[in-house]
Amino acid sequence: MDIAQKLEILADAAKYDASCASSGTTKRNSLKGGLGSTEGSGICHAYTPDGRCISLLKILLTNACVFDCAYCVNRATSNTPRARFSVREVVDLTLAFYRRNAIEGLFLSSGIIRSPDYTMEQLVLVARALREEHGFHGYIHLKTIPDAAPELLAEAGRHADRLSINHELPQAESLARLAPEKNLPRIRLAMTGLHDRIAEARDAQKTARRARPPRFAPAGQSTQMIVGADAADDGTILGTATELYAAHRMRRVYYSAYSPIPEASRLLPPAAPPLLREHRLYQADWLLRFYGFSPAEIMAGGSGGMLDLELDPKTAWALQHREHFPVNLNTAPREALLRVPGLGAKTVARLLSARRHAAIRLDDLARLRLPLAKILPFVVLPDHRPRLLEAAGLRRLLLPGTAFAQAGRPVQMSLF
Amino acid sequence: MAHAVTLPGPADFPAWRDAARRLLGAQVPPDQAEWRIEGEAGSLFADAPPPPGSAPAATVPRAFLALAEVAIRHRDPERFALLYGLLWRLTHGTPALLRHATDPAVLRAESLAKAVRRDAHKMHAFLRFREVETHSGPHHLAWFEPDHYIEEAEASFFLRRFAALRWTIVTPRVTSVWDGEALAFGPGGRRADLPADDSTAALWNTYFGAIFNPARLKPGAMRAEMPKKYWRNLPEAAEIPRLMAEAPARVAAMVARGGTAPNPRPQQPRHLTPKPAP
Repeated sequence: MDIAQKLEILADAAKYDASCASSGTTKRNSLKGGLGSTEGSGICHAYTPDGRCISLLKILLTNACVFDCAYCVNRATSNTPRARFSVREVVDLTLAFYRRNAIEGLFLSSGIIRSPDYTMEQLVLVARALREEHGFHGYIHLKTIPDAAPELLAEAGRHADRLSINHELPQAESLARLAPEKNLPRIRLAMTGLHDRIAEARDAQKTARRARPPRFAPAGQSTQMIVGADAADDGTILGTATELYAAHRMRRVYYSAYSPIPEASRLLPPAAPPLLREHRLYQADWLLRFYGFSPAEIMAGGSGGMLDLELDPKTAWALQHREHFPVNLNTAPREALLRVPGLGAKTVARLLSARRHAAIRLDDLARLRLPLAKILPFVVLPDHRPRLLEAAGLRRLLLPGTAFAQAGRPVQMSLF
Repeated sequence: MAHAVTLPGPADFPAWRDAARRLLGAQVPPDQAEWRIEGEAGSLFADAPPPPGSAPAATVPRAFLALAEVAIRHRDPERFALLYGLLWRLTHGTPALLRHATDPAVLRAESLAKAVRRDAHKMHAFLRFREVETHSGPHHLAWFEPDHYIEEAEASFFLRRFAALRWTIVTPRVTSVWDGEALAFGPGGRRADLPADDSTAALWNTYFGAIFNPARLKPGAMRAEMPKKYWRNLPEAAEIPRLMAEAPARVAAMVARGGTAPNPRPQQPRHLTPKPAP
């Protein structure tokens, strides 16, 4: 099998991992030797027609796997063709694509072969060769095998910017049913172990007396949950995510809508969930992390444990809690501004800065190019009072792209 | 009497800053200053040279210099005057001007800077090197078409990343060359002057096709981040029409096939022991 055929199989096998982040690690460059740089923000080097960014070379070392997880195209009983890269092949591909300026680095995962330790060791060999033989300063994300030996994890963390262990299914019951070899308590224990090492290395960095304190995954850990492969509702998923953020200090929880795979298991639902469901979960995740919402508040905007598919979760929450509105943009505290539909965290910062110098008026909002149809029903300005807040038809007015939403825009049009 | 300033280049920040200091020292208001770039024709009536520098340097917020240094790379011909207008107001009664987040001139300058940063980010992202053999070893060549005057500033990004390589970046306006020791800038070139792509390109296109998930077609999201104007210089973009055209049939086939029977010979640890080397 030539390298192109292997690449085709082992990239195809890796595409169900949503993460492609390359941001938030230490700053490095090649001015004193080596190859590559990281400067804080990630770079997306291309986009595929699924709208996803290509930042890292995302491949499996091998898609052979002795685990039989029903949702996975690479499970032991799948009929998918198998391939395996050598350590050298992965290193050479990474360097060739990096020199082309096509990637920020490598996201390497693997099926479980022989034993957890053997598999982890192979991943570590790739990272070690890149860092130590080639002075590679680019980004490395390694998938972590939960049961691998501590010294292998320590070395993985020394070379990698990010480590991840996938949670995959949001509830223990479905994990037991669909991924019999996986063990949720052991997965959570491994996440705790990673968190402890990441925190320890970070503290050592702060109080460093030695020239070089030990490094451990400076871009932290992340995880992924598959949405729609089991019966877990959005409330359960967000509850698990909240726990993961709190208990293990995850930098990110990724949500991956289960999508039809070749060689699907008969244990799985035949229909994929709407992609919009995944999108709403990401929006809700943002509200949890940056907007001061609790999972219960977010779920109150939906019904039956599911988020509102038609409206973003903040607007859905606002509609159910009209008693919090209207918010006066010139006097309300930051926390109240963050809860206004259509106002993002950056916009809130700008408004807070601007209103110290002059009252914010309607044309200021227009000049900032904000989504007025969404914002205006919920705010008060010196030259604007919302009229529709009590109206039963407000929901229809806020639905994106409908004739009703268009009809709500005359206010906006008259501003220009 | 209007004063004309001629800058040596379209994004020469130190030259703009020196001229602005001189104008400010002589209390030349923004509407009396005319800005042009060397080689451009100016108005017939504004030929007085900028007054000599004698006045003490004005103090301006560091944030203004950071904003101006980026915004000046925008191709908008009004940028020099816009920034001098801001400088004038900062030093004439509105020292906190930049915090007036809804001031039209502040917003305008910020939007120029934002466009420049986006252009730079896209250059970092979408520029592709191809490797050619030369008598002095491998050399990396790239062609890129930025929207703004960012080549000189962004050469340093590629230097930090690829100091170990020898490379040349050609754009219609500037050729930037790193020979391993020094960065040099020369006149621009033409796309047709670059050699054909190397063998890594085909491998990269294979990866691009394989990492794409046909079950989640979202071409609008792709085009929002990777507008079509970049496609002609991205070899992998040639795959996009085919991937999109084939996607619905691939998904339909997967769904029609439904769940498949488990492989009677599942993967087992003993099957995976590597064969001994011959």
